[in-house]
Amino acid sequence: MKEYWQEISALTMRWVRRLSREKFSMLFTLVQPMLFWLIFFGNLFQRAADTQVTQAPNYISFLAAGVVVMTVLNNGLAGGVDLLFDKENGFLERLMSTPIHRTSVILSRFIFVMAITSLQVLVILGVAFLFGVRPATGLLGIAAILLIGMMFGVGLTAISMAMAFSVKSHGDFFSVLGFLSLPMIFLSSALVPLAAMPGWMSFLAKFNPMTWAIDAVRPLILSGWSEALPHVGMVIVVMVIFDALCLYGGAKAFRRAMG
Amino acid sequence: MDRAIAIDVSHLSKSYGSHVAVADISFQVYAGEIFGLLGPNGAGKSTTLRTLITLLTPSSGTATVLGLDTVRDADKVRHVIGYVPQERAIDRFLTGREHLELLAALYHLPKDEAAKRIGELLKLVELESHADRPAKTYSGGMKRKLDIACGLLPDPKILFLDEPTLGLDVQSRLRIWDYVRMLKARGMTVVMTTNYLDEADQLCDRLAIIDGGRIKTLGSPVELKVGLGGDIVSVTLKESAKIPALESALKGQPAIRAVRATDKGLDIRVESPEKALPAVLEAANRLNCGVEFIQYNRPRLDDVFIAHTGRRIEETTPSKME
Repeated sequence: MKEYWQEISALTMRWVRRLSREKFSMLFTLVQPMLFWLIFFGNLFQRAADTQVTQAPNYISFLAAGVVVMTVLNNGLAGGVDLLFDKENGFLERLMSTPIHRTSVILSRFIFVMAITSLQVLVILGVAFLFGVRPATGLLGIAAILLIGMMFGVGLTAISMAMAFSVKSHGDFFSVLGFLSLPMIFLSSALVPLAAMPGWMSFLAKFNPMTWAIDAVRPLILSGWSEALPHVGMVIVVMVIFDALCLYGGAKAFRRAMG
Repeated sequence: MDRAIAIDVSHLSKSYGSHVAVADISFQVYAGEIFGLLGPNGAGKSTTLRTLITLLTPSSGTATVLGLDTVRDADKVRHVIGYVPQERAIDRFLTGREHLELLAALYHLPKDEAAKRIGELLKLVELESHADRPAKTYSGGMKRKLDIACGLLPDPKILFLDEPTLGLDVQSRLRIWDYVRMLKARGMTVVMTTNYLDEADQLCDRLAIIDGGRIKTLGSPVELKVGLGGDIVSVTLKESAKIPALESALKGQPAIRAVRATDKGLDIRVESPEKALPAVLEAANRLNCGVEFIQYNRPRLDDVFIAHTGRRIEETTPSKME
């Protein structure tokens, strides 16, 4: 157990080191786009969005939940990228030829992606705060938001890693990634509430786990516990199922790649 | 030979769907030798190597490393081997020292021992002064040296090298060869893949030529060359019409093993040129064949390769993945 932890912490430290040396690309690819959504998109639609439709005091406060979950989505889906590069340049083989527990590398990646995502969610909530968005459920609500984010993120990261282990080239990986990300956002309640969508879109959006996550995070920010709790309970059930499916698929892909 | 056996591969096969990467190969590697797997890209060398380092499970057959089964005792095998993947298995954002520190943690070395060993290795591969720079600033040769230091970090009994000098300049190449020879002198067993004939010839104590997933031949470079049936004397005649006459005159002579007509003369396989040359010249004289040119060649590993696989090894287009 002590050895297992030594492996995982050394491998996690590697991801942290990489990040600290890739500051600029990280800043531009991960943090900024999400803030742009919140700051530009949020302010841009401030008057175009009908508060009767969004059921929120203003569009930014409505959008905050969507941007939080979008951050989780993008980080999760990109979570396997570094493993993909490790696979392609032989670094993964080098790691797997050492007597480490077979799951250490993967676990280190989960820990890292979850930590970074949580940090970014906090930054987004902080920026939203500057625009006057005050989470209705307070610190405990923020903790609940982080928990929901992590539960969604685990499944997404597992999908991403499964793809990293399965694809032939990183070109394929990024095509699938680009193809997945935007439809997932549009076919969710991130930008517009389900009730305001065309029927076929809201129908599809109901099958998107992202919608469930947003519908739980949004009342945590806008309304309060009494309205949020049923949604939070529901999303936990949905995410347990989602994670179980993703982890099962991920484990299969991993075993196939390593056999 | 009753030498200690370090690696024993028995009837090993590996298929991917209908594609057979390695088909029923068996060989042994002796303790303390440099053993080479020579073959073109896609021949099955890397598949064989990956099986030995426990990263692939054989479809059938077994492989043992120091008596440990690569599937059943995989974790124990990983403790006694070091692995140097093909070039650039390096994290460009980490420094050389950080690479070694990461591996030290993965081998669970205590801190003080890790620091001592890392210092020694950096010195050995002459990277001390670059140890704290990110690897993206390294040259190809330096990356390779770091690769090798990583492979040596666990102080392995057996070191596996996958195409150790692929894409390196001549100087770095010779340096890597020096390291490998030095490791052997320290008693380490080295197993390497290569598609460079000169590398196999100069570095390996014994080698297996692999093509199409099968071992075509196995032995020391000298044995393999001798096994072809001696040196070759090539005679070019002034008149090609006289070739058949000289050919039949030489056939069956004691110093001569085989005679083969070519476009302009004869290729004559001989046991020793000292005995054969007078006989060849005497026959040519007697039959009044004018000799235009006479050349004498020791067989090279190229000839061995061609003789066993029926084609040349493609050395010009090495690809990264196999």
